[in-house]
Amino acid sequence: MISIENVSKWYGDFQVLANCTSKVDKGEVVVVCGPSGSGKSTLIKCVNGLEPVQRGTITVEGTEVTAKRTNLTKLRSRIGMVFQHFELYPHMSVRENLCLGQQKVLGRSRDEANAKAEALIDRVDMLAHIEKFPGQLSGGQQQRVAISRALAMDPIAMLFDEPTSALDPEMINEVLDVMVELAQDGMTMMVVTHEMGFARKVADRVVFMDAGAIVEDRETEAFFGNPESDRAKEFLSKILNH
Amino acid sequence: MNYNWNWGVLFEEQYLDWLISGVGWTFAVALSAWVIALIVGIMIGVGRTLPTKPIAHICAAYVELFRNVPLLVQLFLWYFVMPEVVSDDLGRWMKRDMPNPEFVTAVIGLGLYTASRVAEQVRAGINAVGGGLVSAAYAGGLSTAQTYRFVLLPIAFRLIVPPLTSEFLTIFKNSSLALTIGLLELTAQSQQIAEYTFQGFEAYTAATVIYVVIALGATLISHILEKHTRIPGYVGKG
Ligand SMILES: Nc1ncnc2c1ncn2[C@@H]1O[C@H](COP(=O)(O)OP(=O)(O)OP(=O)(O)O)[C@@H](O)[C@H]1O
Ligand SMILES: [Mg+2]
Repeated sequence: MISIENVSKWYGDFQVLANCTSKVDKGEVVVVCGPSGSGKSTLIKCVNGLEPVQRGTITVEGTEVTAKRTNLTKLRSRIGMVFQHFELYPHMSVRENLCLGQQKVLGRSRDEANAKAEALIDRVDMLAHIEKFPGQLSGGQQQRVAISRALAMDPIAMLFDEPTSALDPEMINEVLDVMVELAQDGMTMMVVTHEMGFARKVADRVVFMDAGAIVEDRETEAFFGNPESDRAKEFLSKILNH
Repeated sequence: MNYNWNWGVLFEEQYLDWLISGVGWTFAVALSAWVIALIVGIMIGVGRTLPTKPIAHICAAYVELFRNVPLLVQLFLWYFVMPEVVSDDLGRWMKRDMPNPEFVTAVIGLGLYTASRVAEQVRAGINAVGGGLVSAAYAGGLSTAQTYRFVLLPIAFRLIVPPLTSEFLTIFKNSSLALTIGLLELTAQSQQIAEYTFQGFEAYTAATVIYVVIALGATLISHILEKHTRIPGYVGKG
């Protein structure tokens, strides 16, 4: 479904991604982790073309993201993305946040969009808040809305960039629960996160990055049980021992 | 001081007519120029934030040019110089047949000048929205035009209501410069009343009071607008 081949990217002289290769098959959940500044966000933003790459190719369902002539707008409408800071449209109610893309991008009717919005918002237990504005919701609630907004577009895959790291601890689980459910429903997911409990539970593979390179890309059990590289070992010991 | 106060002069039919006509022209110039300033200013302001570099540069050049040449000089250029540098036919038409040349020139000059200031506010508003939201809009499949239309501009406009009000007030005050090219707006009429009646204090006081009333009205409208467009719980980019 998603294939990343020999991708390199530079910001000026600084190389953010160094020859990265990985893939996410249909229905698979891949967790991306690694120290701060290792290029995780950059990699995931390249998958839907939010960031261009200078070398290598990325393909999503047969569409080459990195090709010049690709209609990125169309491609992005089929890939959901969830951000660390939610990024809900602040001037729109929860309902409008979920309907905008459905109506303006997919061309659905208002009724159709509303029905879909209500069903999705109900699934994350937010129906009572559907007319509220993002600024009136807690972080956990906002992130659940953001996930619903992405799902409203019927995406073929979902990208998550540290969806819980801006949340207060007591709100992390309400968001992770939604993501676990999504994974169990068979959604193809690429998730940047340091929630190793989540990774253990639903990830098929774990990709470990350091300094722009993919250092390990292994089955979840193998990664946690027996990381090959010293850097992954060190990272895991730090993150699991607090 | 030996000054014969006579407020009654303001209510003599002839002078009252002048004042009213002056107010009318002031409103006509300011409001028409404001329409130009908004349309052009929004286009230039948006243009400066576009990823297309040539467009952004052209818009930046516009702002620098119109913002930095004094408004009075711009009015003179439009009024006295423009007809000489365009083609002969057009120049002749501008000098002889163009209806209401003082008014048209004042509206264009004031409008294009204020546009450069509106453009700066629009640009600042767009930049204040923040890159995360833009990424989210693109990630959601919105095109660049849709991102501006549905996300960037609605938020940006709410953020810039107060500075735009101040530009709106300025356009009323700046419209008084139109008297230098012969438009009989409020200030010019007051001046004329002063000359005819020797009651300068009264005439200019009347003008002052009217400008202040306009300012209060605009501020009131701005407050109402701000209240109605406030985004619940939103404080802008942190
Ligand atoms: N627009 C940019 N211009 C220049 N350098 C950038 C830019 N964006 C990111 N970088 C740099 O690229 C590197 C990778 O950034 P990235 O955000 O992908 O890291 P990350 O692994 O997501 O880190 P974190 O865990 O802190 O989110 C960092 O060193 C960062 O400073
Ligand atoms: Mg990151």
